[in-house]
Amino acid sequence: MAKQIIPKKHAMPHQDPQVRAKNFSEVALGYTEELAVAEAGRCLNCKKPLCKQGCPVSVDIPEFIALVKERKFDEAAKVIKRTNALPAVCGRVCPQENQCEKFCIVGKKNEPVAIGRLERFVGDYIINKEEVIEKAEPTGYKVAIVGSGPAGLACAADLARLGHSVTMYEALHTPGGVLMYGIPEFRLPKAIVQKEIDNLKKMGVEIETNAIIGQIASLDELFKEEGFDAVFLGTGAGTPYFMNLPGENLNGVYSANEFLTRSNLMKAYCFPEFDTPIKIGKKVAVLGGGNVAMDAARTALRLGAEEVYIVYRRSRAELPARLEEVEHAEEEGVKFLFLTNPTKYLGNDEGWLTGLECIKMELGEPDASGRRKPVPIEGSEFVLPVDVAIVAIGQGPNPLLTKTTPDLETNKRGNIVADELGKTSKEGVYAGGDVVTGAATVIKAMGAGRTAAKSIHEYLMSKSQV
Amino acid sequence: MYKIVAKKTLAPAIHEYDILAPKVAKKAKAGQFIIVRVDENGERIPLTIADFNREAGTVTIVFAEAGYSTKKLAQLNAGDAIQDFVGPLGVPSHIEKFGKVVMVAGGVGVAPVFPIAREMKAAGNQVLGIMGARNKELIFWEDKMKEACSELLVTTDDGSYVRKGFVTDVLRESIEQDGKPDLVMAIGPLPMMRAVANLTKEYGIKTMVSLNSIMVDGTGMCGACRVTVGGETKFVCVDGPEFDGHLVDFEEQLMRSRQYKTEEQLALNRGGCGCGGGGKCHG
Ligand SMILES: Cc1cc2nc3c(=O)[nH]c(=O)nc-3n(C[C@H](O)[C@H](O)[C@H](O)COP(=O)(O)OP(=O)(O)OC[C@H]3O[C@@H](n4cnc5c(N)ncnc54)[C@H](O)[C@@H]3O)c2cc1C
Ligand SMILES: Cc1cc2nc3c(=O)[nH]c(=O)nc-3n(C[C@H](O)[C@H](O)[C@H](O)COP(=O)(O)OP(=O)(O)OC[C@H]3O[C@@H](n4cnc5c(N)ncnc54)[C@H](O)[C@@H]3O)c2cc1C
Ligand code: SF4
Ligand code: FES
Repeated sequence: MAKQIIPKKHAMPHQDPQVRAKNFSEVALGYTEELAVAEAGRCLNCKKPLCKQGCPVSVDIPEFIALVKERKFDEAAKVIKRTNALPAVCGRVCPQENQCEKFCIVGKKNEPVAIGRLERFVGDYIINKEEVIEKAEPTGYKVAIVGSGPAGLACAADLARLGHSVTMYEALHTPGGVLMYGIPEFRLPKAIVQKEIDNLKKMGVEIETNAIIGQIASLDELFKEEGFDAVFLGTGAGTPYFMNLPGENLNGVYSANEFLTRSNLMKAYCFPEFDTPIKIGKKVAVLGGGNVAMDAARTALRLGAEEVYIVYRRSRAELPARLEEVEHAEEEGVKFLFLTNPTKYLGNDEGWLTGLECIKMELGEPDASGRRKPVPIEGSEFVLPVDVAIVAIGQGPNPLLTKTTPDLETNKRGNIVADELGKTSKEGVYAGGDVVTGAATVIKAMGAGRTAAKSIHEYLMSKSQV
Repeated sequence: MYKIVAKKTLAPAIHEYDILAPKVAKKAKAGQFIIVRVDENGERIPLTIADFNREAGTVTIVFAEAGYSTKKLAQLNAGDAIQDFVGPLGVPSHIEKFGKVVMVAGGVGVAPVFPIAREMKAAGNQVLGIMGARNKELIFWEDKMKEACSELLVTTDDGSYVRKGFVTDVLRESIEQDGKPDLVMAIGPLPMMRAVANLTKEYGIKTMVSLNSIMVDGTGMCGACRVTVGGETKFVCVDGPEFDGHLVDFEEQLMRSRQYKTEEQLALNRGGCGCGGGGKCHG
């Protein structure tokens, strides 16, 4: 053994759990230069880097880490940005333990290299620096991007760089998609997302907010009246699923989307300084076990709830949320009720939620997904007294646009059908991100946006040859 | 920013604004709504499209001062601008030749009823308008309604104008005297729409109501606007706002409309910022 490997990742400085559970400032504070360089030193710079294969957009991981080790942070950023336009975002929210870090060689015997933290460090290092943006000569083609989430942002950036004129339409009053309305400030500061949006504007991308395509203009009108040559649809998975349990429309039952939108986008955490109210609740149950559930639970705590429960029908091992977020939630005092399934909401005469009836579950035989299926234990019903419940069991595709575009092929779940290059059933129309795949991840949406940008570019260039 | 090009105060605490929003004006249809946000700190307030002028690029809204946000909106004047104005939202009214249509408007409901009545008449229907308000002071757009309807009946709760009684009294008389219309549409406060729906159910007359549920995004993303219609959950913003009045669970809607009573009081008595937001209030 030539070199002694430090068995653990360098710890991430964090806000104290007791303090942070009461504020909306960022939880993880980020590596210092010293910590970053030291952590980069744990990387073996493998010849066949498996970490890179685990990355949905194939960031040149060993290459950028080697540059961090040499303190060449600007160069490291350039390497990442070749494939990932938003390192400060992805470094914070990617499920690294299931992607790059899962495959890291160091991780075979020890903790893997903290690739995500290094990516975040590099992203933060350059975030306030003026970037030199290299743009191709204007092509004269106009592309419309519908939806300004990670898929739309990534697609717009690439198309602008290739010299196309890009206009982005966003239904809400703030661009950014889930990055702005869903993921809370304490996990992803909005200033970082805003920075990326400002960069796009600097590249000449026009952003029209308050513009719902399908309502204000149909897809056909974008082509015929607005003169676009191609359109990218990145409209996301914005429709909340409910469980259809009795009492679901009682006051105090929120979808996670509503709860988080009120807090993040509308800044209800500053009510009445900001005008949008939110029902805080003394005891709060969050239904589900993904990132959305963790975000809702931790937001409820910060708003001042006394007790917050995650109600999840499987066990801890199956929680789909990022490990780091589960740990953060636990540290902050969120209580987990595993193997517990809600059966109905209880309310009072005025229509307010008073409790959640649940049933205990046990793990039975493996189901189609290979996971052991939770089955209810008969007679184990109990009532969890809560005055707010937040449903975080998933989201479906936003129907606004597809409803008004009958000639755009969708599948039975309402997702837009697109091939691996992002091409839809409609000429000149491309799609990617959650609206195609169903609720997935930021990096996958960005990857899809970039793939579509490439396809759109080829489509436009082939048009000019005709 | 969206400029207010004209402001009229129609009745105590009821205002009419013409807002410059050419793209919305171009697409607006009767029965649809918009969402406004007064300023950076503002909440998203849904308001029906009361009229539009495609040439001038303006959209007309009429609103009653209900709570903090609509009071804030009311403080603006012609020449001022509002932060956000998004629309048109919701499904347009289904307009066709039904035969005889009764359009029932309660209170501020006159504003959303007006463009639908106009369209119904243009489609060849015989349109009976019934408009009611608490008292004379609160009556507005009577002349516009007269023009949009084949016939217009007015009533006030206290009898201070035309006749004393509720819109349901007038509707019942009309049905008894002239027979059943082919469609009734009612827009106004929830209890009024419920009363109309209960009445027409007796007679088996198809009845549409336009729900004003609490909303956030208005794009089908949050589920705040949910309503039970015929036992199924619907989202008012994307499935509505118009629904079959005989299938709507009005009790649930009434309870849901009271969700923020306590908080609204707080906003009106607004003191300092109690947010615990780590000083991020102004971010
Ligand atoms: C609370 C929460 C936490 C999450 N945490 C993580 C995480 O930690 N890590 C991770 O990788 N992923 C996470 N995700 C998932 C991730 O955010 C999504 O996969 C990703 O944002 C999808 O990107 P997108 O561009 O496809 O769509 P979105 O981000 O949903 O953006 C779509 C945009 O399109 C707009 N739009 C929709 N219809 C129209 C229309 N007709 N006209 C104009 N605009 C329209 C919407 O308003 C929206 O702004 C989380 C999601 C949520 C909700
Ligand atoms: C599709 C639609 C169209 C509408 N059209 C009009 C219109 O043309 N003119 C008009 O005056 N009003 C209209 N409304 C109602 C209007 O949106 C509310 O009156 C307004 O949001 C109240 O805001 P506020 O903050 O001033 O009052 P608040 O202080 O929020 O509330 C006052 C009271 O109204 C309740 N409330 C809050 N939001 C709503 C809401 N969206 N609808 C009903 N009650 C609410 C509160 O619980 C409270 O008791 C419409 C609502 C919808 C959903
Ligand atoms: S697999 Fe791990 S050790 Fe190897 S290059 Fe990637 S990060 Fe470095
Ligand atoms: S207002 Fe959010 S879904 Fe209707």
